[in-house]
Amino acid sequence: MSLLEVKKVTHAYGSLRSFWRPQTEAEVLSDVSFSIEQGTCMGLIGTSGAGKSTLGKVILGLEKPKKGQVLFQGEDLYTMNSQMRRQVRRNLQVVFQDSYSSVNPRLTAEKIIGEPLENYERLSASEQKRTIGQLLEQVGLRAEDMKKFPGQFSGGQLQRISIARAIALKPKMIVLDESVSSLDMVNQTNILKLLDELKDQYGLSYLFITHDIRAAYSISDTLTVLEKGRIVETYYDKDEIFTSPQPAVKNLVASILPEHPRNRTIANGKHFVQV
Amino acid sequence: MEKQQIALQVKDLSIAVNTPHGALPLVQNLELDLTPGKVLGLVGESGSGKTVTCMALLQLLNPKSMTVEGSIQLHGQELNGLKQKEMRRVLGKEIGFIMQNPMNAFTPVYTIGNQFVETIRTHTALTKKQAIELAVSSLESMNLKEPSKIMKMYPFQLSGGMLQRVMIAISMCLRPSVVIADEPTTALDVTNQLQVLRELDRLRTECGTTILLISHDLGVISELADDVAVMRNGRIIEKADVFQLFDHPMHEYTKKLLQARPVLPVNEPLRKLVI
Repeated sequence: MSLLEVKKVTHAYGSLRSFWRPQTEAEVLSDVSFSIEQGTCMGLIGTSGAGKSTLGKVILGLEKPKKGQVLFQGEDLYTMNSQMRRQVRRNLQVVFQDSYSSVNPRLTAEKIIGEPLENYERLSASEQKRTIGQLLEQVGLRAEDMKKFPGQFSGGQLQRISIARAIALKPKMIVLDESVSSLDMVNQTNILKLLDELKDQYGLSYLFITHDIRAAYSISDTLTVLEKGRIVETYYDKDEIFTSPQPAVKNLVASILPEHPRNRTIANGKHFVQV
Repeated sequence: MEKQQIALQVKDLSIAVNTPHGALPLVQNLELDLTPGKVLGLVGESGSGKTVTCMALLQLLNPKSMTVEGSIQLHGQELNGLKQKEMRRVLGKEIGFIMQNPMNAFTPVYTIGNQFVETIRTHTALTKKQAIELAVSSLESMNLKEPSKIMKMYPFQLSGGMLQRVMIAISMCLRPSVVIADEPTTALDVTNQLQVLRELDRLRTECGTTILLISHDLGVISELADDVAVMRNGRIIEKADVFQLFDHPMHEYTKKLLQARPVLPVNEPLRKLVI
């Protein structure tokens, strides 16, 4: 049994209904099916507007799809009872792109990371403090940082706090929705390294949503390309993405920025003659 | 317009922010020479002083809270210390500015056309009709379809990639000799990113514009830049030709930055196969 199974999910957003105009629907996901095994990472790649984030929301249980099922550990997310739902929420965590808006600016790091612990684990005050300190150290921050407010952290540090909050309950799966896109290169690489270590340590599964093939390639085991709400192709061997015949995938691969100037696609600049 | 060897010369630029505990230096002894038709890449991780440097070049820092020392010469004209009124004549006409987030750079309550025409008419003696014609033709040259329709649209009706191209069109339509692009592609997805970089390259090839390209992404730098300056903690630690920098980095920090690039198995033969 796969950890997460998405079966023929179709979702649409409707426009506002008014007296003069009938409601129109724009389909954002059509017939999306895939599955994620325990302990693996799937990279979901697509251009903006492809439906990546909607799919992420559907999987998290935040948006009920019009058709189709989302099975987490074999149970349907949208028909299960509240008690099971509570268990799923514990095992399914999320890290968003914008770390500043995903934490409460009035709470300290201790409160931010402590929130899921308070909800699920009944720890004594001292125990909880120790756990939070350990979590902070695990994501590369210091235990003393728990007294600080979000405004006192940099973007990369705050993203680490979001990750600490996500792993606090030792979940089975984390949805990473453009989690590293707003960070600079050095931070990006460090966070990806951290995520990879955590994955091995806890046997986590990731759904890594991004538009950047470079980031997805370095962390994922399998890659899936989404285009206009449809899955174009899934690559179980991630190197296959570079030789795919699909035009949408080709387009994405062709826009990967070169890692060395000798591979650049823009060549005109070199021929510029000074007047 | 007479062409000088150096379009924008920055000498011994130091920026400090005034705090209750005294002046805190942000940028120290910065030297930059921008030659016409060349792209100078400025790389560094977040917090290294890239953006504050470009704000200082444009004289956009608040003189009450920040001190800017040193000389900034545009074709021999000293910009540092110019009055706001005089600076306004230079901005937009002599120096173009492309901001990181196109969504925040426009006023949402006016149409694109309104904002475009305003910029043109502030700096030239064109009539409204002529200004609209100029705006439409420069939107057209940016590969935007149906420019006259875009002129009537509001910023939020366009996608990020389109809006960024509109911004480039606005900043380029008066043919400034220097364009400062502060992370022009960070907010865009990969396919739009390459398109915007191509447009920038075309403009400098056709018009001989000097571009100061600020980015944390070495991929962007290796795609477009001719020379690179690496910045760290407010100082430039290495300046070199882009090929030399990537092949033979001198400074330890540059080596670290280069190692932080995600490595993909897209090598030369594969790249040709893909395109």
